[in-house]
Amino acid sequence: MLESATILFSSTLLFFASGAIGALVCARHHDLCRRVTHGFVFGGSVLIFGLSILGLLGGTFELVLPGILPFAGGLALGLDRLSAFFLLIIATGVAPSALYAISYTRHYPQKQSSMGFMLNIFVPAMMLVVLARNVLTFLLFWEAMSLASYFLVMTESEHEETCKAGWLYLVMMHAGLACLLIGFLAMSQASGTFDMSEWARSASGIDMGMRNLVFLVMAAGFLSKAGAIPFHVWLPRAHPAAPSHVSAVMSGVMIKLGVYGLIRIAFEWLGQGPAWWGAVILMVGAVSALLGVLYALVQHDLKSLLAFSSVENIGIILLGVGAGLLFRAYNLGSLASLALVAGLYHCLNHAIFKTLLFLGAGAVVEETHTRNMEEMGGLLKRMPHTGGYFLIGSLAIAGLPPFNGFISEWLTFQALMLSFNIPVQFLNLLFALSIAALAMTAGLAAACFVKAFGITFLALPRGETVDQAHEASRTMRASMGLLSVACLALGVLPALVLRPLSNTIAEFIGDRPELSFNWNNISAADVFAVIAPFWMAMILVVLILTVWVGLHAFGTNFHRRYYETWGCGRALQTAAFEYTAAAFAYPFKRVFALLYRSIEETEIEAHPESRFFVKTITYRHETRSIIEDSVYAPIAATVRRLAAKARKLQSGNVHSYLFYILVALLALVLFAK
Amino acid sequence: MTLEVAITVLQWLVAVLGAPLLVGIVRKTKARLQGRRGAGVWQPYRNLRKLLVKEVVISGTTSWVFRLTPYVVISTMLLSALMVPVLTTSGALPFLGNIIMLMSVFLLGTFFLALAALDAGSSFGGMGSSREMAIAALAEPTVMIAIFAIALRAGSTDLNEMVRRSVSDPLLLLNPGHLLAFLSFVIVALAETGRLPVDNPSTHLELTMIHEAMILEYSGRYLALIEWASSIKLFLFLTLLGNIFFPWGVAVTPEPVALVIGVVALAIKLGVLALGLAILETSVAKLRLFLVPELLSGSFLLALLAVISFFFLR
Repeated sequence: MLESATILFSSTLLFFASGAIGALVCARHHDLCRRVTHGFVFGGSVLIFGLSILGLLGGTFELVLPGILPFAGGLALGLDRLSAFFLLIIATGVAPSALYAISYTRHYPQKQSSMGFMLNIFVPAMMLVVLARNVLTFLLFWEAMSLASYFLVMTESEHEETCKAGWLYLVMMHAGLACLLIGFLAMSQASGTFDMSEWARSASGIDMGMRNLVFLVMAAGFLSKAGAIPFHVWLPRAHPAAPSHVSAVMSGVMIKLGVYGLIRIAFEWLGQGPAWWGAVILMVGAVSALLGVLYALVQHDLKSLLAFSSVENIGIILLGVGAGLLFRAYNLGSLASLALVAGLYHCLNHAIFKTLLFLGAGAVVEETHTRNMEEMGGLLKRMPHTGGYFLIGSLAIAGLPPFNGFISEWLTFQALMLSFNIPVQFLNLLFALSIAALAMTAGLAAACFVKAFGITFLALPRGETVDQAHEASRTMRASMGLLSVACLALGVLPALVLRPLSNTIAEFIGDRPELSFNWNNISAADVFAVIAPFWMAMILVVLILTVWVGLHAFGTNFHRRYYETWGCGRALQTAAFEYTAAAFAYPFKRVFALLYRSIEETEIEAHPESRFFVKTITYRHETRSIIEDSVYAPIAATVRRLAAKARKLQSGNVHSYLFYILVALLALVLFAK
Repeated sequence: MTLEVAITVLQWLVAVLGAPLLVGIVRKTKARLQGRRGAGVWQPYRNLRKLLVKEVVISGTTSWVFRLTPYVVISTMLLSALMVPVLTTSGALPFLGNIIMLMSVFLLGTFFLALAALDAGSSFGGMGSSREMAIAALAEPTVMIAIFAIALRAGSTDLNEMVRRSVSDPLLLLNPGHLLAFLSFVIVALAETGRLPVDNPSTHLELTMIHEAMILEYSGRYLALIEWASSIKLFLFLTLLGNIFFPWGVAVTPEPVALVIGVVALAIKLGVLALGLAILETSVAKLRLFLVPELLSGSFLLALLAVISFFFLR
């Protein structure tokens, strides 16, 4: 077992190294380059999948290379079940994206070499973050992951918007890294070792105030990677700016590593913590889920909509994680396991359907040359396969049976409802509000994806570019098809995931989850809740067929006549009569006006002859982010003010700079003394 | 086992075949209350029969989503009818009784209807779609919190278990939490089934319709399926209200006598609820669309109070 895991791991690295070298070698042969580099990413991620299966079956390996970086313990890698589960998430998101990228990247002729190279750095960096066992290794690959993804986001750096998004991403990632550095170094200092697996043992001896501080800064660092509110500002800008297969990997996979880090510190590295840790995570989760989906709902840019929906899904995952922490604080180990199973199941599910949706959106954007949904419509007839896959992804992300999103949301609901076992009234109320937030999120997500699919794919085309749209290439369809099958498979046969996942959590927390399942049904906390996803799906299919056959038997008129849509007697139907994305979102803007703080402007230009004949109407309805206005704007203003003051120091005079150096030197000498 | 299967089939048939009758009764009662004679209670069946023999006229703009939707919608309702304990709690499909699952299955039907409404490309459809989803989303938290309140007392989110629990503990009905949960569930049921004061099922006034706007483009057998599905949804929500909150007469054992009592009790409960619905729909006007959130947040507060009362009184 040990042998095979090490060999598999080494060959994975070999694949990515070959891909990176291949990118440089065939830089001039565009077609060859994209095939070679993405082919190697695909192969490498299939190997990661193998490694994760090995790990989930109980295989482990330890690899310490003190010689490579001869300080702070060198490189240390290791595999356990939790790492293996996150490897599974990486593999399921990356493999289809790489397959898709083989033909998708043909639209970036000059950039194939750099894109392929960076993807071959980005993916192994994510894998190594998950496998890292000491501080140096973790931070090294964490930064490599951030930088590689930054370069990928900057692919279309000729657009100003992309540069702004990239800059914000870089700043947020480094603010996050600074938090992590503080936390990691403080914890290493307090426990006396750089080896994170040792921390759990020494944690109980560390002062509580210190641990609380470390928890807060590190949670902030990891949540900024995960894109949870209020650290989400980079996400809805950076993800749409990147090429779609990169958006898919970032949204589907990379942000989950923030969740990975959070789970590691909160459940393992810092030992048992106070209940408020869980309460904080639960609240962040509820707010992220609700605000994320509310902002997703008002986007007109298809990819921004998906990016905001990632914020929402991270929120749902955090609800599971936070509930788990709270259960553990009250020594309800098996419920903590159940909550964590729910959260991690949703992690995997989100990796599947968000990758699927981004890949679908990429195919659409590639054909229509716009990300604006108001110029789409009618695409289902022109891109039937992509449309069908996008519909499956939409149903899954809306948490509807029989797809995978339903199972994880159901588990999260059950975990939250089982909170009545906690004997603290304040927390009971908090959980009740979280249930309400999750329910509202589920409803709004359904509305959001009715909009995303309906406005993009149904009715008549709103823009001219739609008429030239064609179906996506065969490999792109294959990758989306694979993910769609996964959405359905994990929705009807949840035991596929629950079996390894509950072993993983049992190993990680030490208690088996309060969950029993087999191929037929799942039950949480015994009689509290039982569902049979497979049989439900079967019955649904049988019923659809029965109705169809039954109608025939009943002597129904099956004749069908095509006519135009009824429109109160107007002469012809054009796309101008259709509901727009803005109109669809309008009731929500009205109801949640407080949160959107929207600006509405209407300009009507009348005909000179009569004011009843309208020549043009311009309508603008923009929403502003309450978090950006109330948190980030003041911070940015303060920084700018301080910078203006600091400018006075920058006189350009060499003598004064020499003076500064002297002062700094003296200060350091005094301090060191 | 055969007895249980027979009972399950029986209660399913009662729900799916009895649903149009319930709609007929509500309409007839409303007509009488409003001083009209109204059509007979069997009229919904005649309507369905008529729609089935008419040809379908379909918009050329639409795609396969539009044609698939009626089948999905009716199947979700037929499936839901299997999940709800209509006459008895001891059916043959105990694994289908989870109430959260039931709500998700309802939402699946709504999701497809909202998509189909956008498909024909008319403003009415879009309007209906957007409004229906807004109301569904706003009703969702109330539904879940009300479910939570009931689950707390029943110790389960399983419908059969909930009913069994309140049958065995009749004093539960006097509990303030139970009554609060009932009130909030009533409002949610009105919103989910598109009744007054949230939506008017008998209007075709362009700017006020919600559910009717979504199905405006449907005709023939498609419309028949959707109408039948809506009536099943009304039947199931009223049954849930009757059986969870007033569980008298629901058969807890699969015996013929208990079953007969179950049928009679169900008829009485649905009769009372239908009368209540008719009186309500006659006496209140439809709320303006943007007042609906206020109604729903009111019902959310009731549900939350039901939960709080459990934790503070336990």
